[in-house]
Amino acid sequence: MRDRSLQASYELKERTRQRVWRKVILPWLFVAPLLLLNVVVILGPSAGSAYYAFTKWSGIGPAQWVGLANFRRLAGDRVYHMAFVNNVKWTLIFLTVPVTMGLLGSALLAPIKKGQMFFRIAYFVPYVIASVVNTQIWRNILHPTRGIGVMLAERGLKFMDVTFLGSRGTVLYTIAFVDMWHWWGFLVVLYLAAMQAINPQLYEAARIEGATRGQEFRYVTLPGILPTLVFTVLMTIIWSFLVFDYIYLLTQGGPAHASEVLSTELFKSAFFRFEVGYAAAIGVSMSFICTLVVAGFVILRRRGWEI
Amino acid sequence: MTVSSLLKRRRGRTASLLPNYVVLTLLVLFSLLPICTLLFNSLKTTAESRLNPLGLPLRGIRWQNYPTAWVQGHYSTTVRNSGIITLGTVAGVLLVAGLASYSMVILDLPGADGLVFYLLVGSSMPAQLFMVPLFFLWNKLGLTDNLLGMIIIYSATMSPFATFLLRSYMVAIPEDFKDAARIDGASEGQIFRHVIVPIIWPGFLTAGLVAGLGAWNEFLFAVTFLHREEVKPVSTSLYAFVDRYSTDWGLTSAASVLMILPVIVIFLCLQRQFIEGLTQGGLKI
Repeated sequence: MRDRSLQASYELKERTRQRVWRKVILPWLFVAPLLLLNVVVILGPSAGSAYYAFTKWSGIGPAQWVGLANFRRLAGDRVYHMAFVNNVKWTLIFLTVPVTMGLLGSALLAPIKKGQMFFRIAYFVPYVIASVVNTQIWRNILHPTRGIGVMLAERGLKFMDVTFLGSRGTVLYTIAFVDMWHWWGFLVVLYLAAMQAINPQLYEAARIEGATRGQEFRYVTLPGILPTLVFTVLMTIIWSFLVFDYIYLLTQGGPAHASEVLSTELFKSAFFRFEVGYAAAIGVSMSFICTLVVAGFVILRRRGWEI
Repeated sequence: MTVSSLLKRRRGRTASLLPNYVVLTLLVLFSLLPICTLLFNSLKTTAESRLNPLGLPLRGIRWQNYPTAWVQGHYSTTVRNSGIITLGTVAGVLLVAGLASYSMVILDLPGADGLVFYLLVGSSMPAQLFMVPLFFLWNKLGLTDNLLGMIIIYSATMSPFATFLLRSYMVAIPEDFKDAARIDGASEGQIFRHVIVPIIWPGFLTAGLVAGLGAWNEFLFAVTFLHREEVKPVSTSLYAFVDRYSTDWGLTSAASVLMILPVIVIFLCLQRQFIEGLTQGGLKI
């Protein structure tokens, strides 16, 4: 009798153990590589940044705790201010021009059956080309002595003789133009997919009501793609504060910091000037902005927005 | 409605789409003409690229730029490096993300919601935040100037999106399939190989393409972590090459074309998966 109950309790234990293994341990073992990679590469070093931001460190030897000194320096630094303002300008440009072009392109493309695939591919090609090559293409086209500006000036458009990447007034907008050239087609494809997911009966109803094309766009298309639109707006803000490639590749932030942004300033202070603590403080300030946007994203999702 | 009136309406609609076609064609030129100038320049002599920097090569086609760029740009080394990094990243991402998504969907991972939230937050951490300490950590571990070091970094940064993408494919697997396999006595590994993989391999293809493209094109981590010539990938080596031979457009353009050629070819062959992966997976985390 006692043996049997012992046996039963043993079996129960064994079964529970197996259940725990199957339901808890095994699933977590499967996600362990993902978590491990994430902690080692992203989370750990991010926490490291949060620490080094309060220190003075050259990358070798011990870091020296300096409290808020780095952040105080940021607040008073002229280059940091210029970079921040450039990031804000960049954000405003990218929130308007490529989004408008993307909407225009996708709205024009949506009713087209013949050749839609061709247009989609053509607009998408610049997006899959490496930033190193795209910047090289435009550096040639915008070359100050043999580029398109000179050619147009020779043909009578005198005002086009501009050193697009060399003068402080135009450099930021020129780089933004190049970046947008490779980016807007991606938005076309994205918005097009969202438009095609709209219930066609809504369009039929609008047509029966006698809606014009403009009204159709305003009252059917736009509400239909709103989640996608809001999502791209949020991502645009984040990416605009992180932009690096196109600026570093074209001008490295020059001339005279005219195209400096936070990430190029961070890169230079960490790897050219070895002010690692200061660079970490810039990184923390950039993440703070991103966190605000992500928080907005989460709040909108909680409120039932499908983004 | 009679047939003729239907036809008329049809013709009316096509005609009214003419302005669409005009604007869309102009936009195609805007997208592709700059790339054409690169192709044209890659086939010109230096002298001609100076006189005629944007147009078609008119004085004969100079194919010689390509082998010269291949040799002087050390492409046999850099293509090998980029190839290793790209394939390693694709393998790493698919393995890690495949296991994780499998656990979330098929094994009903307890606490999956928390993991999703963590990954969402983690994948929106800017590279600039963790890059600097990561560099010094990697330096200490001997992983800078090291292809494996790059593969680990790319696998970490790209596996969250791939996990979400694969998860959305796995959710679509009917429950009966798994149960049937389990009743037949298949182990988790067998179920994964023989039931899950065949159904979601388009997802794997899509995720792999996106990860591979990202690894091949990536610049910021590559320029930070790889300095020695023997380990440089195509992207940073091309950047230095363009700088060194900035006056020789024929050569630098040919070198650029060499870098984008495999991408364009694969993109044109698998454009549906590419576009789907980049628009849904890459963005809609």
